[in-house]
Amino acid sequence: MNIKDRNKILALLEKDAKLTTKEISVMLAIGEDDVKKEIKSMEDEHLICGYHAFINWDKAEDDKISALIELKVTPQRGMGYDSIAKKIYEYPEVESLYLMSAGDYDFTVILKKATMREIANFVTTKLAVIEEVRSTSTHIVMTKYKEFGVSLADGKKDKRMAITP
Amino acid sequence: MRDFVCKKIKNLKPSGIRKLFDIVNEIPNVISLGIGEPDFDTPWHIREEGIYALQKGRTFYTSNSGLEELRNEICEYINRKYNLKYDAKNEVVVTVGGSEAIDIALRAIIDSGDEIICPEPCFVSYQPCIIMSGGVPISIPLSAENDFRLTATQLEAAITPRTKALLISYPNNPTGAIMELEDLAPLVDVIIKYDLLVITDEIYSELTYEGKHVSIASMPNMKKRTILINGFSKSYAMTGWRLGYALAPANILKYMLKIHQFGIMSAPTISQYAAITALRDGDKDIEMMREAYNQRRRYLIDAFKEMKLSCFEPYGAFYVFPNISEFGMTSEEFSEKLLKEENVAVVPGAAFGECGDKYVRISYACSIDELREAIKRLSRFVEKLRCK
Ligand SMILES: Cc1ncc(COP(=O)(O)O)c(C=O)c1O
Repeated sequence: MNIKDRNKILALLEKDAKLTTKEISVMLAIGEDDVKKEIKSMEDEHLICGYHAFINWDKAEDDKISALIELKVTPQRGMGYDSIAKKIYEYPEVESLYLMSAGDYDFTVILKKATMREIANFVTTKLAVIEEVRSTSTHIVMTKYKEFGVSLADGKKDKRMAITP
Repeated sequence: MRDFVCKKIKNLKPSGIRKLFDIVNEIPNVISLGIGEPDFDTPWHIREEGIYALQKGRTFYTSNSGLEELRNEICEYINRKYNLKYDAKNEVVVTVGGSEAIDIALRAIIDSGDEIICPEPCFVSYQPCIIMSGGVPISIPLSAENDFRLTATQLEAAITPRTKALLISYPNNPTGAIMELEDLAPLVDVIIKYDLLVITDEIYSELTYEGKHVSIASMPNMKKRTILINGFSKSYAMTGWRLGYALAPANILKYMLKIHQFGIMSAPTISQYAAITALRDGDKDIEMMREAYNQRRRYLIDAFKEMKLSCFEPYGAFYVFPNISEFGMTSEEFSEKLLKEENVAVVPGAAFGECGDKYVRISYACSIDELREAIKRLSRFVEKLRCK
């Protein structure tokens, strides 16, 4: 399949993973078997890495918060950043981990939502003690306005009149 | 007390959409496929420009024909699209939506009793506007067998010595039909032979899914006898900004401008500033929306095929126009029943002309989730009717 069609399938799935292969095939005018085959191969390549529900946890009424941590590290000779990264991302508490290109820190760590106490505990007893970590700076998310391209603030209400010419 | 209202207006048929609208508003959980405007918000960079204009205090009238910068952008856009050159000084007027452009075009050309040929099904305001201008609308009923395209034979048969102009709109509301170069060419011959003017409402030009839109104004010898109307409502999702425009040869535009000058003064200033940005940087927005509409269009056409509902494949706008004559109901009866039994709103085809009565208009300016649910309800409804 050409890259353009492949990317169209991905764009649709990224927005709505519940679309059936039949629906995708109809919407893009690509044969259903081709769609199935392509999705399967993208899953095998780990290009599609999963299908998740997109949840606005702020509505789930827990007292948990989201935190983002900037980490400064000292890379090891011959190992680069990858081995340090592994020591961090293997923790289930870590939701996302990015190595950053410039600035005065190296990694951005995003934690799964947790209580303030749990976060403090994780940072001090797990992250800060990793040998290569020189410093941590923890930021608490106060309000999430937009995530995965969806605005969380605006709601879904249709502002149009019910029938117009 | 006397009855003060003018007879012409009193006798004007009310819009066929009104009645349904009142019922829809009473029912919760309605999925409306009856909306003739984009479901997208106006792209943010365009709204931002409107906000900026407000902040800057750009809250005064503009020149009657519109901001010069906007007129330049409009001419540049039309040239880019159709390789058609208009003079931004004398051949453009910025109007309050395509709606006003239609109105002033008709008023500028109609002498009492002039006949304006108007193929149907068509946009609800054409015939009333013709009548209000003192003209006589002559309808040509189009059919799905011809893909709702107008043929030269049909046109020629409708012409009389009183015929002044032809009013067409492709891509079409409500049918979604388009006219391609090969369809326009024979029409042009007839138009020139009988010395007619053409008013072409191309408000859906950007929503063309197969090939590129062709403007009849760009056909040989047509520019001088064409009033070309377009606007921002559909292509940039800007319905509430109320902005459109008309392009015509200076000797006609001059008179349209006269009506606009006395009736309107100038189109909304803030909208005009936002529209400059739309024309300059809006191509990628159009592309994104067009792709989304196209996906939904395919989705609906496929669903109708599965339902075995007879429907010609539309290549433009955001409507499908399935044939419901197998159920032995008028389009209004069908729409009302569908609304009451399944909470799905569609617009009866009769609202767009008598010959539309075999059809209903379904808009796909809504999300796939809504379409999925609506299709589920519609097929249940259709099954029920067929079992009777
Ligand atoms: C065919 C057609 N022309 C003109 C208009 C008017 O558009 P506006 O006045 O918003 O530009 C519409 C709106 O539905 C339409 O469908």
